[in-house]
Amino acid sequence: MSWPGTFKMAECGASGSGSSGDSLDKSITLPPDEIFRNLENAKRFAIDIGGSLTKLAYYSTVQHKVAKVRSFDHSGKDTEREHEPPYEISVQEEITARLHFIKFENTYIEACLDFIKDHLVNTETKVIQATGGGAYKFKDLIEEKLRLKVDKEDVMTCLIKGCNFVLKNIPHEAFVYQKDSDPEFRFQTNHPHIFPYLLVNIGSGVSIVKVETEDRFEWVGGSSIGGGTFWGLGALLTKTKKFDELLHLASRGQHSNVDMLVRDVYGGAHQTLGLSGNLIASSFGKSATADQEFSKEDMAKSLLHMISNDIGQLACLHARLHSLDRVYFGGFFIRGHPVTMRTITYSINFFSKGEVQALFLRHEGYLGAIGAFLKGAEQDNPNQYSWGENYAGSSGLMSASPELGPAQRARSGTFDLLEMDRLERPLVNLPLLLDPPSYVPDTVDLTDDALARKYWLTCFEEALDGVVKRAVASQPDSVDAAERAEKFRQKYWNKLQTLRQQPFAYGTLTVRSLLDTREHCLNEFNFPDPYSKVKQRENGVALRCFPGVVRSLDALGWEERQLALVKGLLAGNVFDWGAKAVSEPWLVDSYSEWLQRLKGPPHKCALIFADNSGIDIILGVFPFVRELLLRGTEVILACNSGPALNDVTHSESLIVAERIAGMDPVVHSALREERLLLVQTGSSSPCLDLSRLDKGLAALVRERGADLVVIEGMGRAVHTNYHAALRCESLKLAVIKNAWLAERLGGRLFSVIFKYEVPAE
Amino acid sequence: MRRLGPFHPRVHWAAPPSLSSGLHRLLFLRGTRIPSSTTLSPPRHDSLSLDGGTVNPRRVREPTGREAFGPSPASSDWLPARWRNGRGGRPRARLCSGWTAAEEARRSPTLGGLLGRQRWLLRMGAGRLGAPMERHGRASATSLSSAGEQAAGDPEGRRQEPLRRRASSASVPAVGASAEGTRRDRLGSYSGPTSVSRQRIESLRKKRPLFPWFGLDIGGTLVKLVYFEPKDITAEEEEEEVESLKSIRKYLTSNVAYGSTGIRDVHLELKDLTLCGRKGNLHFIRFPTHDMPAFIQMGRDKNFSSLHTVFCATGGGAYKFEQDFLTIGDLQLCKLDELDCLIKGILYIDSVGFNGRSQCYYFENPADSEKCQKLPFDLKNPYPLLLVNIGSGVSILAVYSKDNYKRVTGTSLGGGTFFGLCCLLTGCTTFEEALEMASRGDSTKVDKLVRDIYGGDYERFGLPGWAVASSFGNMMSKEKREAVSKEDLARATLITITNNIGSIARMCALNENINQVVFVGNFLRINTIAMRLLAYALDYWSKGQLKALFSEHEGYFGAVGALLELLKIP
Repeated sequence: MSWPGTFKMAECGASGSGSSGDSLDKSITLPPDEIFRNLENAKRFAIDIGGSLTKLAYYSTVQHKVAKVRSFDHSGKDTEREHEPPYEISVQEEITARLHFIKFENTYIEACLDFIKDHLVNTETKVIQATGGGAYKFKDLIEEKLRLKVDKEDVMTCLIKGCNFVLKNIPHEAFVYQKDSDPEFRFQTNHPHIFPYLLVNIGSGVSIVKVETEDRFEWVGGSSIGGGTFWGLGALLTKTKKFDELLHLASRGQHSNVDMLVRDVYGGAHQTLGLSGNLIASSFGKSATADQEFSKEDMAKSLLHMISNDIGQLACLHARLHSLDRVYFGGFFIRGHPVTMRTITYSINFFSKGEVQALFLRHEGYLGAIGAFLKGAEQDNPNQYSWGENYAGSSGLMSASPELGPAQRARSGTFDLLEMDRLERPLVNLPLLLDPPSYVPDTVDLTDDALARKYWLTCFEEALDGVVKRAVASQPDSVDAAERAEKFRQKYWNKLQTLRQQPFAYGTLTVRSLLDTREHCLNEFNFPDPYSKVKQRENGVALRCFPGVVRSLDALGWEERQLALVKGLLAGNVFDWGAKAVSEPWLVDSYSEWLQRLKGPPHKCALIFADNSGIDIILGVFPFVRELLLRGTEVILACNSGPALNDVTHSESLIVAERIAGMDPVVHSALREERLLLVQTGSSSPCLDLSRLDKGLAALVRERGADLVVIEGMGRAVHTNYHAALRCESLKLAVIKNAWLAERLGGRLFSVIFKYEVPAE
Repeated sequence: MRRLGPFHPRVHWAAPPSLSSGLHRLLFLRGTRIPSSTTLSPPRHDSLSLDGGTVNPRRVREPTGREAFGPSPASSDWLPARWRNGRGGRPRARLCSGWTAAEEARRSPTLGGLLGRQRWLLRMGAGRLGAPMERHGRASATSLSSAGEQAAGDPEGRRQEPLRRRASSASVPAVGASAEGTRRDRLGSYSGPTSVSRQRIESLRKKRPLFPWFGLDIGGTLVKLVYFEPKDITAEEEEEEVESLKSIRKYLTSNVAYGSTGIRDVHLELKDLTLCGRKGNLHFIRFPTHDMPAFIQMGRDKNFSSLHTVFCATGGGAYKFEQDFLTIGDLQLCKLDELDCLIKGILYIDSVGFNGRSQCYYFENPADSEKCQKLPFDLKNPYPLLLVNIGSGVSILAVYSKDNYKRVTGTSLGGGTFFGLCCLLTGCTTFEEALEMASRGDSTKVDKLVRDIYGGDYERFGLPGWAVASSFGNMMSKEKREAVSKEDLARATLITITNNIGSIARMCALNENINQVVFVGNFLRINTIAMRLLAYALDYWSKGQLKALFSEHEGYFGAVGALLELLKIP
């Protein structure tokens, strides 16, 4: 059975706490201010002390700048001046909640506690939740240093709480391990229903827990043959003291020198049996002799196979008994070690014949700390919120290449961080997804596709200068803008380099994740909305054009108008009525089907995901919306909650709509009668994940019975959702503004995608 | 699909209990004397081991000429001098006895087909459990227990194997001369043609093969040989008995040890057995698999091939040594499915009892040294039965009737693992030595118990403090590594392997909905510690729902099954 963390008791030796002198020495190498971020506002601490690693969790608030838009107060003014911006932008301070998780070696624990004590300002905190086997050992030290009361939490309860939390909140948290593929990880899309599942925690022993709901779980079994057996027996057999070194030995050994294989029992005749001769008939079966020496490597490998196979077999037996096919593995035996992930995966595949999947977790090491934190923060109801991994602040998964030695692999002397931002609103699936479990937002998986990965990473590197310039320009009054922008450049550049080496660091690498990471890094250095001024100017220009555009559209015949409206949507930010820029013929063209459909009865309600500010929203989307309204279709217009590139934000859309309503009676009455509703998506990404949308939006979609989804723009309709299957009609429109992508899709630069899809009956 | 019912206790905890350290030391238990490893009769030959001494395979290479047949000095040890004056005669034509081969050829398609079909039905969910297809599909695991890195066995291959194997043994007469021709050739080769002819005719009439009657089970570590000694030999028969047959009989029955490694388990001998209308005693002999070449050499030296006897052999070695039997011993093996043999053997031996006593037994109060009793168990309702065969590795079978069974799973952590690890950890050289050390050790110094972590019971999950949380878990610490004795390590190895087998057996019993589990195999020989621990673990973790049963002839069932196959006893 497994005692997550508990195995790691003091006597486990290898990585005990060390003397205080030792700690002091090492504390010099600490860059604590980069690790214990936002400590001054920290409250609600939790700590998980294992045999070699300590995981600290705390809740903090981050103050950062946000760009707010506000309509001018026009009362008292007679007329609006020609060059006046349509609204004003102000930069305000906003406070958001963030969870910090830090993993470090136990040797640093004293230095870390000292640092926390010196920097902790918040005095409300009275208690620290502690879990893990080392919790009681360090209890006195923690109480003395931090003057907090240590509350011990049950190890397994914490582990499961933590597991539920990451499975719900972190996309691509779980992955399967694939031997001999590059990269070795295949991330799983988040399943909307995470329960029930089996958690096999391989600490010193093995615990097998069946998790049925958030609060209900059952300890269904375990085994005493676990990581402690590998370590303990391995140390006896090989005189190698460290766990990592044992694994390293094992990765170089030949178990067939020690194990009795089928071919050893059956001779060369195993083919007759239809059996592989490489199967192990008896672990250590060849070592029953006094006059032969066995190499350390071979014995370690044999031991690893023996233990992995045994655990895999038991896990399969339990999975079968409980009819479960998802089995998550964790514990220090697994913790990022490719060797053990490989053998466990192999064993599960063998014993279940592929019916059970061995799944691993990116943040497996943090589960206990997360769970302990959640236990302590129950009154804040963290489970009521949605959380998102902050790519800027999190370290990501380390390299799993088995070729690297333990010294290179282990982040010894370094720190691993996980930061999660509390999202303002809970996120849920779009109710219109055809099959939520199989929905994958991203079109191209850059983890898999090495060519595409290379191209896009280079793209983002090359675009970095421009982004930095834009960021500086967006804050002309700031004295340190250049300095912060430079820090941003460094941070994002480093992220890109990490991703070149370890594309799996944050789950599946996609254009979306690259864009999101850039947004997170910009936010990190207080560039909340580098495009705010650009968007303001473009919105102003477009608004002035609106009446003219509407007039000329109205002058067209019905059929021509429909085409013009669609072209307006497509032209987006390269808006020119001749649409000279777009390449003919359209790459994907189901316009005639769409036109045919328009001749039929109106849709009940359309959900439109808007793209850019300015011409796109005002002269593309709004005329289209207006036409739908005139047809008797209600419209839900969904815009980003937070800024991303020049995408229109929800608050900008409100102002734009208000201004348009002032000019156009159709929009005016629709807004008043709530036939046109403006909602936020819950996202701040230039792409769109339909499995993580604002709960209010989802409710509205259900309430209004939306039967048409319009997704426009490259980020939302091509980089993501290009293959998304919906339960209702959908329109995906974009002009491909990237030559490489156009070629990938079989077209040319400025190819047009017009994808009208009707679900099969 | 979740199986509810009496075998689904609220808390499963498959991690093994550890018996309090004094428990195993008992020598005498109330009710009956249990051979504890401390008091087991000393091995007749100190060098005997399960696979001990040298594991040097000593495989006899393909002979290039007659010189190559010379007895290898080490391996011929166990042959008495009078057997060793081998004449190195010319290799003879090879075949199973004509009758057997022909009979086999005749009946194997139907029998094999029938068996195959039954298994197939079972696999498809038409078995007696009537469980969903999927369940059975998954449960029918591969033949061998564990997985090497490179490749998984084809699980379906296993299912077809008995068919194919039978087919291969059926095709035997095709090898070399025609059966008829060979027989004639042989008739003139020894003794008087007249008497032999009469004997043969009589045998054929009675549908029974010629003596000697052997059953052979060649495992990864040990070879198990059963020999039927006819006691109703008439004077006429005696007179006609060929010299080599007589010498075999005398040699096997008048010795209890053969060479330095062969042992006859005299205490297991079954007396006054009637087999195929003949009365006699059944002898149980074992020797290490690495001495197989010497055994084959003996067969050659004794001119076994002249006896027209069929060597019915099962176990992996039937394949591994088939060629050696043929080229060196001039003997054609009749290879048999080891699981078929195992089940046949168990059912037969249980039916004949143990010289008036019960074959099957169980332990009452296995954890209590005062109250523990070994008691006879009447296996009158054997089905369904979970059969756990612990040899070098472990096979687990679910048996629903005498010819309806499936292999559920297996594990590579078996007797070979126990002994192999003991050799590495303690330097011991024999199985007996390993068990003897284990009997004096204390595994709680080596293993980390629940109480070592929680200071007592882990109440959140209802786990007792004495349960083992991590086998060898204390050995992560340097100080504790230095503080343990070899005996402690041997004990911990035994407890670890035993508990794991118990745990897997329990899970299989739950999955298959079977509540009686019979443990057999040579790992249990003189291994009271393991048997009591299995009994206790099963009882404890199943809350009394599962019963662990044992059998006196623990390791010999495969060999018995092979003998029965020779005699065509259903």
